[in-house]
Amino acid sequence: MSTTTVAATGVAHREQPPALVYGPIAWLRANLFNSWLSTAVTLALAYLIVRWAIGFIDWAFINAIWTVPSNANGTLDSTACRDARGVGACWAVIGDKWRFILFGRYPYDAQWRPAICIFLFIGLYAVSAMRRFWRKELLLVWVVTLAVIGLLMWGGVLGMEYVPNDSWGGLPITLILATFGLAFAFPLSIFVALGRRSTMPAVKILCVVYVELIRGVPLISVLFMASVMFPLFMPAGLNPDKLLRAQVAIILFSAAYLAEVVRAGLQALPKGQYEAADAMGLSFWQKTGLIILPQALRLVIPPLVNTFIGFFKDTSLVLIIGIFDLLTSGKVALADPVWQGFSSEVYLFLAVIYFAFCYVMARYSRGVEKYLGRSVRR
Amino acid sequence: MSQTQADAPAIVLDKVNKWYGAMHVLRDVSMTVAQKEKVVVCGPSGSGKSTMIRCINRLETHQEGRIVVDGTELTDDLRALDTIRREVGMVFQSFNLFPHLTILENCTLAPIWVRKMPKDEAEALAMQYLTRVKIPEQAKKYPGQLSGGQQQRVAIARALCMRPKIMLFDEPTSALDPEMIKEVLDTMIGLAEDGMTMVCVTHEMGFARQVADRVVFMDRGEIVESGTPTAMFENPQTDRLQLFLSQILRGH
Repeated sequence: MSTTTVAATGVAHREQPPALVYGPIAWLRANLFNSWLSTAVTLALAYLIVRWAIGFIDWAFINAIWTVPSNANGTLDSTACRDARGVGACWAVIGDKWRFILFGRYPYDAQWRPAICIFLFIGLYAVSAMRRFWRKELLLVWVVTLAVIGLLMWGGVLGMEYVPNDSWGGLPITLILATFGLAFAFPLSIFVALGRRSTMPAVKILCVVYVELIRGVPLISVLFMASVMFPLFMPAGLNPDKLLRAQVAIILFSAAYLAEVVRAGLQALPKGQYEAADAMGLSFWQKTGLIILPQALRLVIPPLVNTFIGFFKDTSLVLIIGIFDLLTSGKVALADPVWQGFSSEVYLFLAVIYFAFCYVMARYSRGVEKYLGRSVRR
Repeated sequence: MSQTQADAPAIVLDKVNKWYGAMHVLRDVSMTVAQKEKVVVCGPSGSGKSTMIRCINRLETHQEGRIVVDGTELTDDLRALDTIRREVGMVFQSFNLFPHLTILENCTLAPIWVRKMPKDEAEALAMQYLTRVKIPEQAKKYPGQLSGGQQQRVAIARALCMRPKIMLFDEPTSALDPEMIKEVLDTMIGLAEDGMTMVCVTHEMGFARQVADRVVFMDRGEIVESGTPTAMFENPQTDRLQLFLSQILRGH
């Protein structure tokens, strides 16, 4: 009788495992200090990290120069920054150049228009990300928003000055190339992936040739072909503009990569799913749209988002054909004699912008994966 | 279908041949299934029984011979194929429920998209069949949350929702744990008692004795023997059937 009581209370006292078995201290012991060697490595790395962090904070914040005075002739005097080089960051370059970096050569007085476009893009992503808006009307919202963005960027109506698209630049260009690129490439990639698995030889060969051809060359050369060689073959007067050509090149390029990702998903589905759909009498498109794609795409969300993120950043390659995307604007901003040599600050600023977009994409994809995986999990 | 006479056979296989590459998997298979008849197909693994049943709704294509289902011949004509698949329900060994859809959605999908039935009506019908297979309370769950036996009963209900004239069962209990086999067999027995035309590939000899009008024994791609369950099991005519039966019975 008494032993049971003791056992019972013993269990009651032990609801929390001891700190040496479970919890942060246990984790540290198990992973960082489990032997002399690992303790030594941990301490050495900790020392390096702390040293580096202190150095970075000193440079980026404590010794940083946030503003510089103007010269008599109206230009900024970057002497203070030059004196602080290697010791403190010169954030004044961002303060002076941020509008050029974000909007490129877009006319200064009209830069509120691309600014609104950036917010429209972000708003569009945010709305599309929310599940309660996942309806057919969303497609209409996309069409309208993209039309409004085009209207704002070009102008020429409602008293807005006309701005040809070779004067566009900065973040809107990056967002335009990435958004249109993926919005067209993704559906195209699904058809290409289905085509590669088609039983019709002509369709299959066409899709295989397309994917292998595009995959076999670097994006830079595709962009170069689109910008330099393509116009040579076109009859005079029939020459779509440079931005459009670059956009099409990006769509075709990313669609080939995405198609392989989608195909992996199609291949991963058990044959029984296809057979069950066939046995029920579903048509090919019903089977594909209702049974196969919803499952196949869910399986490939991680590599899909990986590719999305990759292409978001790869849009910066339009640099080589002289389109003013975010990275190009940053580079050109540095050509100003006043700010020559302050590339770390500018590139860090660009990196933060790219990172913000990519990280949000990555975080969001995890949520989607979890949501779509609910049937498997529960 | 209107072209079907009351006494016309539900399924006719006439000298059907099939090869996988050089391997001859169906050899001159001929068989007629009358309406409301229940046929059990048995045989050792690799005997072609699954291939044969899968030819009936053209999940596999045959290369020689004729297959006529419900008065329509199976050819490359896709429209005829759609007609047949609408009237023939199939239950698979591995259930093949759609994991991303709920049980109810699994059952209403084909009636809504293939039969163009209104959603309310399809759901009512689905609940009716789910009640019949005794799992109406699982309608809102996903297949992954159900046991194997429950999943297979859902698969039967899903096929029934199309109101098929013929049901094909391809080893419906082979992937199940022993304690779940009975619930699935009971569902199938109930279906047989209602007069459904059934072709069933199975090793469940008890089930065959209880419901089959005829047992067909296949070996190495051909039909070796067929007859009533009693005649087949009590008095096998061929050595191959005798061997098969002794192996089956030893296993039990």
